Amino acid sequence: MSNFMIAYFFLLIAACCTAAYYQYRTALLLLFSLVCVSLLAGLLGGESVLINITIAIALLAASAGLAYSFRETLIQILPRGGAKLMRTAPLTASFGLLLIIIYIIAAVFAPIIAPYGEAEVIAGAFAPPDEVMILGGDQLGRDLFSRLVYGARNTVGIALMTTAIAFVVGTVAGLSAAVLGGWIDQVLGRIVDTLMAIPQLIFALLLLTIVGTSVINLTLVIALLYSPLIFRLARAVAGNIVVMDYIEAARLRGESTWYLVIKEVLPNATAPLAAEFGLRFCFVFLAISALSFLGLGIQPPTADWGSMVRENATLISFGEITPLIPAAAIALLTVSVNFVVDWMLHISSGLKE
Amino acid sequence: MSGVMGLIVKRLGLGLVTLLVVSIIIFGAVEMLPGDLAQQILGQSATEETVAQLREDLGLNRPAFVRYFEWLGGAVQGDFGVSLANNRSVAEQLAPRFANTLFLAGLAAVIAVPLAIGLGVMAALYRNSVFDRVANVVSLGAISSPEFFLGYILIVFLAVQNQVFPAISNVSGDMDFGTRLYRSMLPALTMTLVVTAYMMRMTRAAIINLLASPYIEMARLKGVSRSQVITRHALPNALAPIINVVALNLAYLITGVVLVEVVFVYPGVGQLLVDSVTKRDFPVVQACCLVFAATFILFNLIADVGAILSNPRLRHPK
Repeated sequence: MSNFMIAYFFLLIAACCTAAYYQYRTALLLLFSLVCVSLLAGLLGGESVLINITIAIALLAASAGLAYSFRETLIQILPRGGAKLMRTAPLTASFGLLLIIIYIIAAVFAPIIAPYGEAEVIAGAFAPPDEVMILGGDQLGRDLFSRLVYGARNTVGIALMTTAIAFVVGTVAGLSAAVLGGWIDQVLGRIVDTLMAIPQLIFALLLLTIVGTSVINLTLVIALLYSPLIFRLARAVAGNIVVMDYIEAARLRGESTWYLVIKEVLPNATAPLAAEFGLRFCFVFLAISALSFLGLGIQPPTADWGSMVRENATLISFGEITPLIPAAAIALLTVSVNFVVDWMLHISSGLKE
Repeated sequence: MSGVMGLIVKRLGLGLVTLLVVSIIIFGAVEMLPGDLAQQILGQSATEETVAQLREDLGLNRPAFVRYFEWLGGAVQGDFGVSLANNRSVAEQLAPRFANTLFLAGLAAVIAVPLAIGLGVMAALYRNSVFDRVANVVSLGAISSPEFFLGYILIVFLAVQNQVFPAISNVSGDMDFGTRLYRSMLPALTMTLVVTAYMMRMTRAAIINLLASPYIEMARLKGVSRSQVITRHALPNALAPIINVVALNLAYLITGVVLVEVVFVYPGVGQLLVDSVTKRDFPVVQACCLVFAATFILFNLIADVGAILSNPRLRHPK
């Protein structure tokens, strides 16, 4: 028994007792299950597993604290309405919000933050980390940290653009189908059904074989494949709106279809569509990363998280975790967006009831 | 009963039509190449004569619909033509790999389905408790992570730091079941993580949705215990959405293997597809896409039929 293990279990059990004494049921349950898991892990894996658990808990606690202080700061800074909104935010949502802001800052100010250029070779292959290169070098000796920062710009930027295109196409088609009805609705519906009968990743691979890999092709192919899902939602939401009396009134006034779609239907469909945008962004982002990981998406030397994982994957078999950092960056962003979308959906559903 | 059979036959017919349309898309997509296939294979520098010769060899001079029906007729009989890269029969390369992919997906499903339904029922039973919240955050994390991230994390922890399972799953046909199971454990676990998270959330949502209905309140009021309410009253009615989710996720398992197979160098259809896309080996890409699409459509069909069978109201649509 090392000092670390003694201190670890002593602290954990003390925390357990405190929770029990003050009747914090949730905390007690969590802490006690942690004690059980640690005992098991300590017996099986030894001290290293316990150290990993400690690091994980510390990280979790730090992010929870960060999220809490961020939320409270926002409540103080924001004007009345914003502050009221933030008060309802769970910690997960404020954590997501904070991370999204960090990603945006990294993407916008990439040339200022990154110490080196995205394709600049500055050291030997797989150079170990030092004071200048915080995360070390990649397989060609480029600075991993700089590429990570530029990746925020490239990967997220391309994913955003793709989602926007898919969204404009899907929403316009969906709303028009609902407003116009008749054979246009039928034809669009059948096209969408067929597009959705093929798994997206497979279809993307087929189309990319044919048109070849480039950023523009990638954007268009993914946008084409993800717009049917948006079409369906827009069609369903608008289907409920077009039967309203005020639409009938606008029709009788003799307004054009375009006016009906933009001025009457769209404003009433914004909330579900906004949540859908967040969710679709996640899927599009994951799809683009997956294709880049397979070597068929964003092409080198552009810094991109998916292809960075692929390029440095050999390091993993030596127990290095640096190649996982870009993958973690992808996961963190999608989790953050999901947290925020969850909260938004909760608010919009709560207001309806 | 004849009404049910009629409905199922109708769905089957619809599935076949969808598959036919999909096959037209897969075939037509290659037809839409700038120039044509022969030009694409030989590249810019080829002379007119060699292109014409290759066009003759591949039979590209005949009209597209004739070649489509030949291709489709071959595909139905299990003949997908010859690979452009190595001149071997596509079906020969595809068959053992498809068996491998099915094995991997089956293994993942055997682990994931009971786990997901159990966890989902637990989460619904103890909703808003610590367990529910932790399960919610963890499953959201698993869904949000790219498959290759989860795969590499498993490699780091279970193959490199503690050598429990091998990092590279090189299975072959002549292996006995135990070794095969051992070698394909890590990719199966990776897929289990993703699929379990989805199915668990859906199961939980389906049950919680039902818990709001009046007959559940009635059961509570007459003094049925919490777990009995869920297992005896809610679960049978939640079966339809759960069957649906399971079938859709099995479809995902078969098609979503592409990334996992690449991470673990598992010899399945996904790996073959990615390799062929890089080599622009069109017959193989077409065959893989058709196989994946057919499986996908089949599982969607099963989801539909399952929903019809488990919900009497769907049998008599108004």
